[in-house]
Amino acid sequence: MNAAVKTDFRVPVLGTLFRFQWEPAQQAYVLLYPEGMVKLNQSAGEILALVDGQRNVTAISAALMEKFPEAGDLSGDILEFLEVAREQRWIDYR
Amino acid sequence: MNNAGSTTANALARTKTHGQPLWLLAELTYKCPLQCPYCSNPLDFAGAGGELSTEEWISVFRQAREMGAAQLGFSGGEPLVRQDLEQLIAEARKLGYYTNLITSGIGLSGERIAAFRDAGLDHIQVSFQASDEEVNNMLAGSKKAFQQKLKIAREVKAQGYPMVLNFVTHKHNIDQIGRIIELCVELEADYVELATCQYYGWAYENREQLLPTKAQLERAERITNEYREKLKAEGNPIRLIFVTPDYYEERPKKCMNGWGEIFLTVTPDGTALPCHSARMLPIEFPNVKDQTIHDIWNESNGFNYFRGDEWMQEPCRSCDEKEQDHGGCRCQAYMMTGDMHAADPVCGKSPDHGKILAAREAAELDSSGRPISFRNERNSRQYAAGSRPRADGSQKSADGSHSLADGSQNLADGSRVFARSG
Repeated sequence: MNAAVKTDFRVPVLGTLFRFQWEPAQQAYVLLYPEGMVKLNQSAGEILALVDGQRNVTAISAALMEKFPEAGDLSGDILEFLEVAREQRWIDYR
Repeated sequence: MNNAGSTTANALARTKTHGQPLWLLAELTYKCPLQCPYCSNPLDFAGAGGELSTEEWISVFRQAREMGAAQLGFSGGEPLVRQDLEQLIAEARKLGYYTNLITSGIGLSGERIAAFRDAGLDHIQVSFQASDEEVNNMLAGSKKAFQQKLKIAREVKAQGYPMVLNFVTHKHNIDQIGRIIELCVELEADYVELATCQYYGWAYENREQLLPTKAQLERAERITNEYREKLKAEGNPIRLIFVTPDYYEERPKKCMNGWGEIFLTVTPDGTALPCHSARMLPIEFPNVKDQTIHDIWNESNGFNYFRGDEWMQEPCRSCDEKEQDHGGCRCQAYMMTGDMHAADPVCGKSPDHGKILAAREAAELDSSGRPISFRNERNSRQYAAGSRPRADGSQKSADGSHSLADGSQNLADGSRVFARSG
């Protein structure tokens, strides 16, 4: 990480209405909630798979960039997705 | 039947093109302590066979889960009547389902809500008939229903479940929409379904008593929108879902998001259906006691019957919108035209659209004093015997079985439910 980039200490947690799981039949991560389901694309699924109530935003970015080194700097995309996810109430910050 | 001659090759080709079941609705029983006159159960439910055993239900859950079903709704009748509900929830949760209990709340206690929690239940939906005790109890056919529902809704929330409150709206309660919303806010619901009756089963029988006028609907939708803005400004996360009846549309709905595409209903006696109301159609539907869910979904005539568009007649066949709505609802076409292959009369292009227009006009008339046919065992036995019961408005002889309607109505419309994610 660039030393000039501040650590984002916010810790995302899954929204209380949602359950996150891998669905073998769909070969995708999904969010399940009362009478509904969101099928996540690969990047959304990979990000939410790291939302465990322990890792902060910076740690999630670091873990994903380690997993996908060829993808370059993902931190902007990740922040953008987390913002959308918060609007949808899929996640909240502790 | 049209497709009786379809070849194995056709059946195989279909296997590749149609979706797999994502949504399993388990109608555990037709027994119910209420008598809602808009129940979506078939009119002749009293003539159905015996209920599936615990083991048979668990087998259904396992098979559907292997095919990809992720959502499981426990419905009925009133699912609480099943004494093995805790066990069924536990098995379903272990299999990886998101488990939904769709209940009237009648007969539910704090202890049982906690037991469901321990079994892994994800969500409870409580249905109300009205925000007003008197109207609620009149429509539910029960004197104590309303207070019990309030108590249960508070208990569900106190025990940390996500809660959906479901109000089936109609002529008699839609003008109270503001009070309904305020009650839901007070009860801290996460989602509120303000769903106008869908006119199948008992609701179709009672349509003149239930269909709101266009002015009533427009007012209710406007008030709902005003509350949405107000609640959002207050930072309240409650979501209000307003569902209009298709009787005021000019194009039909894509029923169940496509016949045999997403949704699988299994009725109390094991009959498998592509939608909870399809039992009324003159099609022989398969039973989970005789066939695997895989064969039922992929191979059975009942599930293949309205897949694709070979079955369509004019005006659907050559219509450039047929991919969007798939000709509309087969049950509605059958009920209103007598031909299940016809265009849904909701469609302005249907030669039978006049029947929808007539229903709209009838909604403008004063229907007070008209009889209501309550959903109960006694009336149902008459339908099962091939006659219409005399709707006398009041049903005193509680024969042990009654209504639900509430929940399965919502589940019914799979497309809407799935669209909510947006």
